[in-house]
Amino acid sequence: MSNSALQLAKQAILVPTGLQESSIHRVMDQLFNGAVDSGDIYFQSSHYESWVLEDGIIKEGSHNIEQGAGVRALSGEKTGFAYSDKIDLSELLSAVKNVQAIARQGQTAKVALPAHTHVPQLYAPINPLSSLSDQQKVDFLRKIDSETRKLDARIEQVIISLVGVQDHILIANPGDSLAGDVRPLVRMNVSVIVEDKGRREQGSMGGGAREDYHYFLEQDRALGYGQEAVRQALINLDAVPAPAGSMTVVLGSGWPGILLHEAIGHGLEGDFNRKGTSAFSGRVGERVASALCTVVDDGTLQGRRGSLSIDDEGTTTQCTTLIENGVLKGYMQDKLNARLMGVQSTGNGRRESYAHTPMPRMTNTYMLPGESDPEEILQSVKNGLYAKNFSGGQVDITSGKFVFSASEAYLIENGKITRPVKGATLIGNGPEVLTRVSMVGNDLALDSGVGTCGKEGQSVPVGVGQPTLKIDALTVGGTNV
Amino acid sequence: MQTQEEISHLETTIHDLLLEPKNQGASAADAGLSIDTGLSVNARLGDVETIEHHCSQGLGVTVYFAQKKGSASSTDLSPQSIKETVTAACSIARYASEDPYAGLPEPEMLATECKDLDLSHPWELAAKDAIDLAISCEESARQYHTDISNSEGASVDTYQGIRVFGNSLGFLHGYASTRHSISCSVLGERDGNMERDYWYSVARKHQDLESAERVGIKAAQRTIQRLGARSLSSRKSPVLYSAEVANGLISSFLSAISGGSLYRKSSFLLDTLGTKIFPDFIHLYEQPHLPGALGSASYDAEGVSTQANKIVTDGILNSYLLSTYSARKLGMQTTGHAGGVHNLCIGTGDKNLGQLLKKMGTGLLVTELMGQGVNPVTGDYSRGASGFWVAQGEIQYPVQEITIAGNLKDMYQHILAVGNDIDYRGNIRTGSILIEEMAIAGE
Ligand SMILES: [Zn+2]
Repeated sequence: MSNSALQLAKQAILVPTGLQESSIHRVMDQLFNGAVDSGDIYFQSSHYESWVLEDGIIKEGSHNIEQGAGVRALSGEKTGFAYSDKIDLSELLSAVKNVQAIARQGQTAKVALPAHTHVPQLYAPINPLSSLSDQQKVDFLRKIDSETRKLDARIEQVIISLVGVQDHILIANPGDSLAGDVRPLVRMNVSVIVEDKGRREQGSMGGGAREDYHYFLEQDRALGYGQEAVRQALINLDAVPAPAGSMTVVLGSGWPGILLHEAIGHGLEGDFNRKGTSAFSGRVGERVASALCTVVDDGTLQGRRGSLSIDDEGTTTQCTTLIENGVLKGYMQDKLNARLMGVQSTGNGRRESYAHTPMPRMTNTYMLPGESDPEEILQSVKNGLYAKNFSGGQVDITSGKFVFSASEAYLIENGKITRPVKGATLIGNGPEVLTRVSMVGNDLALDSGVGTCGKEGQSVPVGVGQPTLKIDALTVGGTNV
Repeated sequence: MQTQEEISHLETTIHDLLLEPKNQGASAADAGLSIDTGLSVNARLGDVETIEHHCSQGLGVTVYFAQKKGSASSTDLSPQSIKETVTAACSIARYASEDPYAGLPEPEMLATECKDLDLSHPWELAAKDAIDLAISCEESARQYHTDISNSEGASVDTYQGIRVFGNSLGFLHGYASTRHSISCSVLGERDGNMERDYWYSVARKHQDLESAERVGIKAAQRTIQRLGARSLSSRKSPVLYSAEVANGLISSFLSAISGGSLYRKSSFLLDTLGTKIFPDFIHLYEQPHLPGALGSASYDAEGVSTQANKIVTDGILNSYLLSTYSARKLGMQTTGHAGGVHNLCIGTGDKNLGQLLKKMGTGLLVTELMGQGVNPVTGDYSRGASGFWVAQGEIQYPVQEITIAGNLKDMYQHILAVGNDIDYRGNIRTGSILIEEMAIAGE
């Protein structure tokens, strides 16, 4: 355990509230007085700020503080949960009383957990909010605005947002010392509206990381977002109606990896598989993708938006192989579902905040690179669609049906990219779609750090990635029937 | 009454809080405070799975230094934290730009009389009784049909909240509200294919909820109806949006006529005031003061009084949806829509869903939509869908893994009918909507 992150988390949470570590142990003892199998307390103190530039002016900024503690008791498949916005002993004890109602009668099976080994620190325990002065932040936004506006005379509107978060967390697990983490997160976005001869279009690009604001100044990243947003918007000005029906689809590298997140990622989360509600339930060891496909969920990438040194249950994150050469290898687990399925947690126990219960969630989900040159992949397609960028997606994990929406796409005609087409939704079946992957590019790229995943009303930051992929048949939802 | 005491106490907190920005040099401010408590239980396969006790609070402050704006929020309501939150808002405002349109509403627009809208009906529900209710709901779903093979469970939720809002022009008001729901989601299996569907009921008064049994049975019926779903070949055909998904068509319209989208030019309905968006028979109106309704409110998010509005009459757009800021940007006056609409209703015809199926003849009945797939700037629309193929006015078989696409401007012009099967579970109350033609993409 990195002492500095743990110490800083203790300082941020325990010192201002006056809560003693010995009191936390007392609460844990109280919790285990009831007949519960396991349980934890999650303390959080989160500082968040956002700045918005619009119409060339700094229109508003906001600063938000969220703090509290969530107490959870687990008994068999049952969960009792309560939380409080106040971090103090009496609130914690009353939460314990509430959650113990879940306990079964006369059964105590305390789980002893292995002590924490060394946890690699995937990000510095820094405060992004103070990495630039407020004056520097607003000057920076103004500069990106004016440079973006200079790019093209057809730009009508530029909106830029800058968000920084510093999250301190402490986790009390039975029979273990406190685990802690300090998680920085920054996010920036540039969106533009362009207008030409009465036709208007939008473009949007952003990025982020578990870094401080200097991340956006390095390598001219922020200006790059502006350029990319303008490029996308201008291309869409010329877009023609998209085709409709099943066809060969080439997906670009990077952010189009939301295919993996929607088509297979959610279906491989432990809770759905324990309950048998996923289209992938009971299919470990089966072929669910072409032999070209190896897909992992990796929480250990340095500084990435989806990375965590420890998950929200205090488990060290790892790189979990989901699909290896086309064969389903395993699921993503939190502690509850791992215990009930007789396996180990994979460090995927995540929660939106202290006011929510943990669930198995993805971190950074991506496909490993293959051998094909991306150019060669396009050339191999006689007629099809090249989808370079996407806006978002959704999945029904039970039927396996998933959608994701292209925001930048082109027709492929005789192996060449020809005209841009309007955005369209692509729809497919999760357990089938990867079996139709016939070429995998050698150009693995991860997204720029913009992903947010929603599940049962809880949002968490995630990452995705993939190389260029060729899918032999996928339904494209255009208007050109 | 205890709730009334708590409201008075929080009103005093806001009143005192609003003195603080002035001390720190601000020219104006508004502040809101909320406290929510609730109980949420889920039962699965005949036994309780989760019991969650909710208790959350939040404070938000916005300050103006002349025309520079800053905001801050906190979950800590201690006097020390309140002061720090105001300070954080003030410090941010100093770095914001002068914005000639920023500021509080004109005083005469603020609500002066806040009627009791009958929004608070606490449900004294013990955890044990909630569990029993959830178990009986799930049981009626699981017993409905032998093809119901698994379950995500049934949930019973009850929430009580208090909101207080005030500003430095003297507006100060608080009220209590409640919200209860029962929901159920079950799986069915046939020929190795699983399907899942759900149903829920929500109301401010627990007596207005559908019975637990009824919610369970509807969830099971919906799941069973989906079994054996197939794709369709690509085609053009009429599309009937069932009431529970038709509200998405209306909400895309509402966001296109909202002030923020208009002044940013990110709307496909720019400069359409007074023009015909829909056919003659479409009327959209707002009833913000309906007693006990889910979307009722006396004032909007800025304290501006809400009015019964006729937003669309005879298919013609009468009014945009404006906040104080967006109204000033557009050279207009606020319509009391900071934070959105309140009980948006649509004038319906005399046909129920069955009669609309007959009117459609052959086409697609959509009961679920997936993905975002709406371009707000152009109105281009493409979403994943599932539902039923209909021929001669009768449901033939379930369909899925298809998309439906068109352009919203065009779709609005070609609405053929609105059913009287209104879904009252949300802030937008619409029946089923029949559209003349859309593009379907499939296998
Ligand atoms: Zn997701």
